[in-house]
Amino acid sequence: MDYTGKISRQVAGIPRSGIRDFFELVQGRDDVISLGVGEPDFATPWHIREAAIYSLEKGHTSYTSNLGLMSLRKEINRYVNDFFHVDYDPASEILITVGVSEAIDLALRALIDPGDEVIYHTPCYVSYLPSIRLAYGVGVDVPTAKRDDFALKAEMLEAAITPKTRVLMLNFPTNPTGAVMPDDELKKIAALCIKHDLIVITDEIYSELRYDEEEHLSIASLPGMRERTILLHGFSKAYSMTGFRLGYACAPAPLIEAMMKIHQYAMLCAPITSQAAALEALQNGDAAMNEMRESYHHRRDFTVKRLNEMGIDCHAPGGAFYVFPDIRPTGLSSKDFATKLLEAENVAAVPGDAFGSAGEGFLRCCYATSFDELKIAMSRMERFLGSL
Amino acid sequence: MKDPLLTLLQSKARYSDAELAETLNLSADEVATRIDAWEKDGTILGYQAVVDDDKAGEAGVTAFIEVTVTPERGGGFDRLAMRIARFDQVVSCYLASGGYDLLVVVSGKDLREVASFVSQKLSTLEGVISTATHFRLKAYKENGFIFETEELEGRLPVSP
Repeated sequence: MDYTGKISRQVAGIPRSGIRDFFELVQGRDDVISLGVGEPDFATPWHIREAAIYSLEKGHTSYTSNLGLMSLRKEINRYVNDFFHVDYDPASEILITVGVSEAIDLALRALIDPGDEVIYHTPCYVSYLPSIRLAYGVGVDVPTAKRDDFALKAEMLEAAITPKTRVLMLNFPTNPTGAVMPDDELKKIAALCIKHDLIVITDEIYSELRYDEEEHLSIASLPGMRERTILLHGFSKAYSMTGFRLGYACAPAPLIEAMMKIHQYAMLCAPITSQAAALEALQNGDAAMNEMRESYHHRRDFTVKRLNEMGIDCHAPGGAFYVFPDIRPTGLSSKDFATKLLEAENVAAVPGDAFGSAGEGFLRCCYATSFDELKIAMSRMERFLGSL
Repeated sequence: MKDPLLTLLQSKARYSDAELAETLNLSADEVATRIDAWEKDGTILGYQAVVDDDKAGEAGVTAFIEVTVTPERGGGFDRLAMRIARFDQVVSCYLASGGYDLLVVVSGKDLREVASFVSQKLSTLEGVISTATHFRLKAYKENGFIFETEELEGRLPVSP
C-alpha cells in the first residue's frame, strides 16, 4: 500500500528527532560508554519500588479518579507548598499525568488555537517544538547563549513577543544545558508575561537537582504569576523513577479543568501502581533524593574539571545532570564531533544541535553514569582531542 | 554530619588517595591527612573485603549467640563483654536491648568448633547466665552489600 498521503500533514511535517538518529548510530556497538542518556543511573530507591509491589499485592489495580489519587494530590500540595512556596487546591488545581511529557502536551492543547504563537528557549528538550506543532501552534524559538550561562534574557524574550503570542514555555534547570535562571532575570520575565498577558508553562522537572547553593525559585511563586502559570513537575529525575512515567500539573482550576478534558479521554488516569510509588517517594524519599543529588554534584564537579583540564571550555551548570561543553574551537560540527568520538573512542554524547540550532557547536554530556565509567570516558575524550 | 570521605571509604576502601580525592573534589594531600588522623584516633578501625563465603568455597559456620549475663557493680556489662570480644572466634559482639544482653557473632570451621567454643569458653565464664545459639543458614546482605546484583536492565544508550 502507498502510505503517502495517509499520514496527516501535521505529523508528516515533524522532522525526525536528532536523538533518534544518533541512537541508531550507537545501537549495535559494543562496550560504548554512554554519556548520552537523559535519565538517572540509579535504580528507583528500594522503599519506593517496594511500595509499588505492596500496592499490587493488595490488589490496587483499578482506575483512579481522572485527576489521580486524592491522597497523592494532597501530598503533592504539601510538597509544592514546601518546595515551590505555592499553594494549590488538591480537589481542583492538581492533575496527575503520565510524566511531564503528557502534561506538556495537555497544557499546549488546552491553551492554544491554530496559529497561536508559543515562545520557548533553546537549546531545549526535544519534545517542545513537536508538541507545539502537534497542537497546531507556531513555535517561536528564543536562543540562549553560552555567555549568559544559557539563561533566558528578558530583552530577547520581549523582542520575540507578538500580538499572537499566547504562551511562554520555561525549563530551568534546563535539559540539555543544565542552566538555571538568575532570580532578577526571572522577575523581569514574569513582569513581561503580566504585561503581555501570557500564560507560562514551567517545566520544573530538574528543580531539585541544583548544585549552586541557591534556593530554587519558580516563576509560579512570583507576585501575580500563580494565576497565569501551569507548573509541571514529576518524579523521574529527583527520585530516579523515569520508567514509572509519573508527573503532575498544578494550575488554577479552569486551566486544570481544560487539561483534564483531554487527559480523561486520552489517558483516563495515570497508572495506579506508579501513583502508589509516587506517594511513597513524597512521604519518605527525601533522604534517598539528597544522597543521589550529592552524588550528581560530585560527578558534575569532576566532569567540568576534567573537560576544562583537557582544554574544552565548559562552565559548571547550576542544575540537572548535564554539562554542555563548547567544542567549536575543534572546528568540528556537533554531529561530526559526536560521530568521530563514538567511532574512535566508543564514547557516546549527544550533538548539541539535536536540541535546536542554538546548540550547534556544543555537546550534551550526561554525567549520570557511574564514576568509574565517567573517569574512563573523560580519559578517552582527552585521547580523542589529542588525535584531532 | 559524617564526613563524605568516611562514607566513600566504607564502599570504596580500595580507592587510592588520588581516586578518593578525585571523587570528592579534594586534594590527595587533604585525603591522606584526614585518613591518617582517623586511623590514629580509632575512627577508622580497619579495612576489609566483604566476601561471599559460599562463592569463596569456605565451608565455615557462623552463629549468632544471645548471651544473658549478670552486670557488675561499677563496670556494668563492659568488662565481661570485652572479655568475650577478645576471643578470636568472636567476629562481632554487641550489647543489645531486649530479652538478652549480649549478641555475639561467632565463626568457626564447623558446627563442632562453634559448639565447643560456646560450651567450653562462653557459657563457663563467670557472670554468664545463659546462651542461645542460632546458626546462620544463608546470607542475603552483609555490611550494606546485597548478595544479588541489580541491573538497570534495558537502559537505553541514548535517550532524550
